[in-house]
Amino acid sequence: MLNINNLSKTFTMHVGNRETINCLDSVSLSVEPGQMLAVIGPSGKGKSSLLKCVYGTYLTTSGNIYYTDKNNVTHDLANMNLQDMRLLRVNEIGYVSQFFHVIPRIAAIEILCEPLINRGIGRAEAVKRAESLLEMVGIPESLWNMYPSTFSGGEKQRLNIIYGIITKPRLVLLDEPTASLDPNSKTRVLELIKELKSQGSIILGVFHDYNAMKVVADKSYNIVTKQMELVS
Amino acid sequence: MQQVMNVNELTVRYGDGCVYCIDSDKSLDKNRCPKCKTVWAVRNVSFSLYHSEVLGVVGESGSGKSTLMKTLYFDREATSGQTFLNAYEDGKTNIFSVSSQQQRAIRNNLLGMVYQNPLLGLLMDFSNGGNIAQKLIAAGHRNVSAMQSRTFELLEHMEISVNRVKEPPKNFSGGMQQRVQISKAIANNPPVLLLDEVTTGLDLSVQAKVLDLIRMVQKKFNISIIVVSHDLAVIRMLSDRTIVMLDGQIVEHGFTDQILEDPQHPFTQTLVHSLI
Ligand SMILES: Nc1ncnc2c1ncn2[C@@H]1O[C@H](COP(=O)(O)OP(=O)(O)OP(=O)(O)O)[C@@H](O)[C@H]1O
Ligand SMILES: [Mg+2]
Ligand SMILES: [Zn+2]
Repeated sequence: MLNINNLSKTFTMHVGNRETINCLDSVSLSVEPGQMLAVIGPSGKGKSSLLKCVYGTYLTTSGNIYYTDKNNVTHDLANMNLQDMRLLRVNEIGYVSQFFHVIPRIAAIEILCEPLINRGIGRAEAVKRAESLLEMVGIPESLWNMYPSTFSGGEKQRLNIIYGIITKPRLVLLDEPTASLDPNSKTRVLELIKELKSQGSIILGVFHDYNAMKVVADKSYNIVTKQMELVS
Repeated sequence: MQQVMNVNELTVRYGDGCVYCIDSDKSLDKNRCPKCKTVWAVRNVSFSLYHSEVLGVVGESGSGKSTLMKTLYFDREATSGQTFLNAYEDGKTNIFSVSSQQQRAIRNNLLGMVYQNPLLGLLMDFSNGGNIAQKLIAAGHRNVSAMQSRTFELLEHMEISVNRVKEPPKNFSGGMQQRVQISKAIANNPPVLLLDEVTTGLDLSVQAKVLDLIRMVQKKFNISIIVVSHDLAVIRMLSDRTIVMLDGQIVEHGFTDQILEDPQHPFTQTLVHSLI
């Protein structure tokens, strides 16, 4: 269970124009295991920031992010010790950022194996899982041993997605996972998301593609009106 | 996560200090005492390093990064504070409190250091192989053929042709010298590797290659690394967690993505925004 309670985030700039930016204001929402909640709203209203607060990339200003881990221990991700959060990142949280941070000179397949090996999974099994995912999202086999810096935009994006979810994380944060994908790839990625749901993952996603969102989301949260609604 | 090193309230000063600046709450002129001119190069620095982690240390010139590294490697003497290494007496003994002979043993077996200046880490007229052997011998190795195969293996990891083992580093480019230095530093499988501005001054493409190789050996051997750089791009590429130093003190500490995307301290904000 993910339970966000009155979460606010303000950026305080101590340099330049020294402004204070109110990014998130009293966000409250909850997502059950096996569910996906889609965060919707206009550009610049803090959708990505909300995911970053959950992942710990942004430090929150007030409020709580309660998350119950696989051992049934509830943590407040908004007020957490760095080493405990690091363990959660390795073992339970998958984050697919809007942009791929390219790691040069490491083959795609190796990049994918890394999070599995970090979790103590053997190399042979890691390679098998990486290959099946690469296949599933339609990245041609000829690219598997290439550096991602040579990939097309859409290939990079698909690699980014499977990298974020390869460990079958219990908590999945997806930032525009289908943006700029062709219809065929989009369908495959949506299938992957459905699979994660059926395995009981808690998913928080940002979509600008309404039709894609409808296929996979159970609920939506409008970041401006603060309304949570069922997606039919 | 298992801790491999713990640094506790480490202070390194140049000068004797005075009644004013001995009090660590008193404000200084950057890192210098306004009264007695003592330089507090590192002041009350505490942090832990965990197994298989890369910890970045970033800060402007003169902030004390190199002094910190040199002190941990016993090149400089700590004024006060403690450091514990898990691999040394189960982390129960402050490594600054032991005999210089013990410190040499720690340095040779449990630590590796790569300096920005290859002249500090390598004997330029000796062969590459001899440089690496020097580190192995210091740790007590005597078997020549075992040392030779270890040397070949290390050079291979660093993508240096074994045909060049007999050449001296002075024949090599800057990037290659750094790769020899890294081979030497990891020769004895130390649990902790210290990297001080290893890619500073190298061409961008050479830098990228050295950083890739560091990443690779880190993953392969699960070594814990402290990497010092004034360059946030290096920190972004290598480190999981980052410490920000200013005038000898830690002003901010967090996940590297947090430091880069949501810096809190005015100094870190300036640093990050000058990068964009
Ligand atoms: N031997 C020394 N005697 C006196 N002061 C020293 C000595 N060595 C270093 N310092 C001072 O200690 C402070 C920290 O220096 P240090 O070399 O650790 O900085 P740094 O963070 O590594 O800088 P850079 O990014 O330029 O390498 C500086 O103010 C420096 O002038
Ligand atoms: Mg320095
Ligand atoms: Zn003084």
